[in-house]
Amino acid sequence: MRPLDETTPRDPAPSRLHYRMQRWMLTPGIRLGLRIGVPAAAVFAAASGFMADEQRRDAVSMFVAEMRASIQERPEFMVSLMAIDGAGRNLAEDIREVVQIDFPVSSFDLDLVTIRDRIAGLDPVENVSLRVRPGGILQVDVTERLPAVVWRSRDGLEMLDETGARVDSLTRRTERPDLPLIAGQGAQRHVAEALDLIAAAEPLGGRLRGLVRMGARRWDVVLDRDQRILLPEEDPVRALERVLALNEVQDLLGRDVTAVDMRLGARPTLRMSEAAIGEWWRIRKINGSGH
Amino acid sequence: MMTDLYQSQRAMRQMRQQALQRGVVAILDVGTSKIACLVLRFDGSARLSEDNSIGSLPGQSGFRVVGAATTRSRGVRFGEITAMQETERAIRTAIQAAQKMAEVRVDHVIACFSGANPRSYGLAANVALAGQVVTEHEVARVLSACEVPDYGPGREVLHAQPVNFALDHRSGLSDPRGQLGQELSVDMHMLTVDADAIQNLVHCVKRCDLELAGIASSGYVSGISALVEDEQELGAACIDMGGGSTSVSIFMKKHMIFADSVRMGGHHVTSDISMGLSVPMATAERIKTFYGGVHATGMDDREMIEIGGDTGDWEHDRRTVSRAELIGIMRPRVEEILEEVRARLDAAGFDHLPSQQIVLTGGGSQILGLDGLASRILGQQVRLGRPLRVHGLPQAATGPAFAGAVGLSLFAAHPQDEWWDFEIPVDRYPGQSLWRAVKWFRDNW
Repeated sequence: MRPLDETTPRDPAPSRLHYRMQRWMLTPGIRLGLRIGVPAAAVFAAASGFMADEQRRDAVSMFVAEMRASIQERPEFMVSLMAIDGAGRNLAEDIREVVQIDFPVSSFDLDLVTIRDRIAGLDPVENVSLRVRPGGILQVDVTERLPAVVWRSRDGLEMLDETGARVDSLTRRTERPDLPLIAGQGAQRHVAEALDLIAAAEPLGGRLRGLVRMGARRWDVVLDRDQRILLPEEDPVRALERVLALNEVQDLLGRDVTAVDMRLGARPTLRMSEAAIGEWWRIRKINGSGH
Repeated sequence: MMTDLYQSQRAMRQMRQQALQRGVVAILDVGTSKIACLVLRFDGSARLSEDNSIGSLPGQSGFRVVGAATTRSRGVRFGEITAMQETERAIRTAIQAAQKMAEVRVDHVIACFSGANPRSYGLAANVALAGQVVTEHEVARVLSACEVPDYGPGREVLHAQPVNFALDHRSGLSDPRGQLGQELSVDMHMLTVDADAIQNLVHCVKRCDLELAGIASSGYVSGISALVEDEQELGAACIDMGGGSTSVSIFMKKHMIFADSVRMGGHHVTSDISMGLSVPMATAERIKTFYGGVHATGMDDREMIEIGGDTGDWEHDRRTVSRAELIGIMRPRVEEILEEVRARLDAAGFDHLPSQQIVLTGGGSQILGLDGLASRILGQQVRLGRPLRVHGLPQAATGPAFAGAVGLSLFAAHPQDEWWDFEIPVDRYPGQSLWRAVKWFRDNW
């Protein structure tokens, strides 16, 4: 249509396209898309375009690796030596053997959990804590197991702590004469009970040779002169104390007795040596009171 | 025919529900001189103000105007669309500006227009209740029992509102549901307009990618916004003096009971000035708004107005006219409009109303001294009305010219029950006729 005259002011009406466009731009979904979707797509496209070339990809990964290394190898993060506290010389050597770190090393490369597990896997170690101390020192605090008994088995002599865990092996009994000796099948699983018995057998003094686990179920106290005290399964400490009380009063163990059988609490039994029995018979014959 | 009406209006009502759910709706006042668009945001709840006092007048809360725009109207004459393309562009301009201000996309539009020869009909019906209690179904039945007058081809029902219910001998019930009685009767006000005008408007709105969620008559909505509550209750006439047409609506008991429109308005005054002083319309409009009036005094003889011109002829461009002359041109036309309004009011029986309050609003009511002139012609109780204040309305859109737009916002927020809001009685469904035949057969044999 021809405009009415030239002086008619410009038509302020938006064109259909402009109108539709504006309505589009006011639609929430499209606004969101433009504000978030378009920049995200652009960034993604640029990144994937850059990464499409293998050389550039390598360069980027190299750059990242170099960056990492340059941070990790700063002197603040370097660990130069390992300090072991609370371990004896043998154990410290063992730990150094097990851990095997080439110092100096960055603290980022130290896997403390693995190292800790490895040290804790050593027999004499009861507890271990690991930390990197300021100054680049890997501090290892070890609590050693204290050997409580010597256990003689078919495989040799071993030292056990009070929980029955293995501490170390021995070549000869005389290396640790201060520790009591236990033996027998399953003895290592009842170390606590054995220690109680040994404590109760204190009055016997040097006569105690050791304890033997019999049939994996009860204890025998072995004294010198091949004497044995056979203890019951239940409440062995009380049975031992009864024997010791008897010994106190009548010097039972000083006599020619081979074994004191306490397995039946109601009927303690003595076994005398053959010579003693012969002597006893002779005396009875002299007295003429026998058959 | 009636089912058809039900369907189209119900579709529009459904659209309005959708729009309210979405929370944003546009208000479009298609006038002869300007097209106003408001964008409303519904926040759902009517809130009290900060100090917990009742801050707003009833019916204003629950929505907020977030966008407002006005544009010069084109292609509209006498409140009817005559050039579709031009009007569509004007609507687009207004909608776009309002959307831009609101920063939200609007999909639903509620429109009003003033022209298209509105005609009022009073309908009445009377049914005996099936039971003792008035149920929703009974209300629907009595509404559908109204005998629809033959309003002629090419007309469409714009409003059909139940105005009054009467139960036995008690009249003036606004909501008879649940009450006991024998006989229910209803008075209904129906407003028809030219179907073409509605079709054109629907088409223009469709062309702007918008959904039409309701149409209202401009006289009705400006009455809602310009009449205060007691005027609506006691009876008052609202005269919305627009550019191309002047709408008349009479309210009583908060319902519109009559509407009409005079096909004259402010534009005719402007064209009189343009012709009388032989100046372009734009200049005439400017002179009218700056110096216009309807009461000449001695002072006005001495006040000379430069009417200007840009022909290059010094004598022609330096013409002046006294203000008294201008008033002499304007006054007869304004008188003519008001007399025409008087005739419409008389025809409607406005004299018999208990209250004779008349409220002048619309852009044309801003002529200086109009209230004095109007009280001579229309009666003593004349006041100039401005629209209610609503939340967020810009200062520029609070003048009387925006009575229609503001009223339409109120109408959108609190629509009145119309005929089609009640369920269609069962026996109106065509599928039921066979069942009725069977029933008749069984009853009679």
